[in-house]
Amino acid sequence: MEEMAVMQDARRKTRRIKCLVWDLDNTLWEGVLLEDSNVRLKDRAAEAVKELDRRGILQSIASKNDYEATIGKLEELGLSEYFLLPQIHWNTKSSSIRTLQQALNIGMEAFAFIDDQPFEREEVAFVHAEVLCLEACPLDELLVLPELMPDIVTEDSRNRRLMYMSDLRRAAAEEEFKGPQEEFLASLDMVMSISSANKEDLQRVEELTLRTNQLNTTGYTYSFEELEELSRSPRHKLLIASLTDKYGAYGKIGLSLVEFQDDAWRLKLLLMSCRVMSRGVGSILLQHLMRSSKQEGTRFQAEYIPNDRNRMMYITFKFAGFREAFPFGDGGVILENDLSQVGEFPDYVTVQVID
Amino acid sequence: MEQQRARLKKFISRFFRKHELQDDEDMFELGIVNSLFAMQLVMFVESELGVALTDSDLDLANFRSVDVIMALINSKSQIAAE
Repeated sequence: MEEMAVMQDARRKTRRIKCLVWDLDNTLWEGVLLEDSNVRLKDRAAEAVKELDRRGILQSIASKNDYEATIGKLEELGLSEYFLLPQIHWNTKSSSIRTLQQALNIGMEAFAFIDDQPFEREEVAFVHAEVLCLEACPLDELLVLPELMPDIVTEDSRNRRLMYMSDLRRAAAEEEFKGPQEEFLASLDMVMSISSANKEDLQRVEELTLRTNQLNTTGYTYSFEELEELSRSPRHKLLIASLTDKYGAYGKIGLSLVEFQDDAWRLKLLLMSCRVMSRGVGSILLQHLMRSSKQEGTRFQAEYIPNDRNRMMYITFKFAGFREAFPFGDGGVILENDLSQVGEFPDYVTVQVID
Repeated sequence: MEQQRARLKKFISRFFRKHELQDDEDMFELGIVNSLFAMQLVMFVESELGVALTDSDLDLANFRSVDVIMALINSKSQIAAE
């Protein structure tokens, strides 16, 4: 047990790359495109790109090349769909990575860059010290780098690229939309479904509790084994929320764990993905639980342990009518809601409860 | 104080593009904004306007209209003055 915990800690400390940016000439393919249009992919390159995609690692390109010719070649090689927002121009590669960082909204430390030329790697490392710069290497070796090996590959990981592409289309639509925010949200035809977490969901649930950039009321993390027990426990309710809209799926974006105590339901964990906060759907899961608790006639309490990232969750609780009841644990608090004012779900989203 | 009111109104107006919000109008009653907006409003008051809010201040009732928010902000500076 202790060994496993130590191993888990070590795994958490390896940085995880969320986006790999490729150079092309002499890195992804042999030769220089503008010198010889018949460049051939390096050994196992296509497999590497597809495998990384399967693992949920986003990929892009930073190449000093002619845009049309390059895109044409990527399409010919059947790989163009795997690269988000390819940066193909004659400016610095560090500027390409900055553009990607802003567009994809990922931390710079989650970027890796692979290029055969030391000059390019140094240029990028100089401007962005946090980026993992890699030499062009046999691609088999690339695939076993710990930084490129996620702990778990879930359905959401496999679809990550597609989800980002939907996000880009959505963001473009939002930019162009002329009208109030609520009308834009209504135009998305959002559907949120809430269901008890089943076996297939648990890996994604574990992933959500481990990812530190989620909005999380207590910061508790649970191993897969613990989650399995909880999902089968009659004293617990583990719910997972997914969201889709007309542009596609957002994936599983919310999680709640309720413990049925003697005189109250205790919300031990409420977690929302930051991605959906701007959709105004952050409190739907909470409202659903409050409604269920009211129907059962039980009291409803929630645990809150502040950290440097989760004040938004405290505000969510307060604005949903929770009041501080008593302190708890190390700097935490138990909040209680008298359930006198359980709000309605917002009109612009359809909520499906599958229980 | 007036400057804070002006900045607050400017921030809020981004969410009400088609509607001329009056200072005493209940923003939430109008159904145009939601709890997400409420949170962004709190964050704005705390970080941009530099008003320290205690946990008991975080009641939706204190954020319903521009006037109500300004009343909250004023009560904070009065306490500070004392």
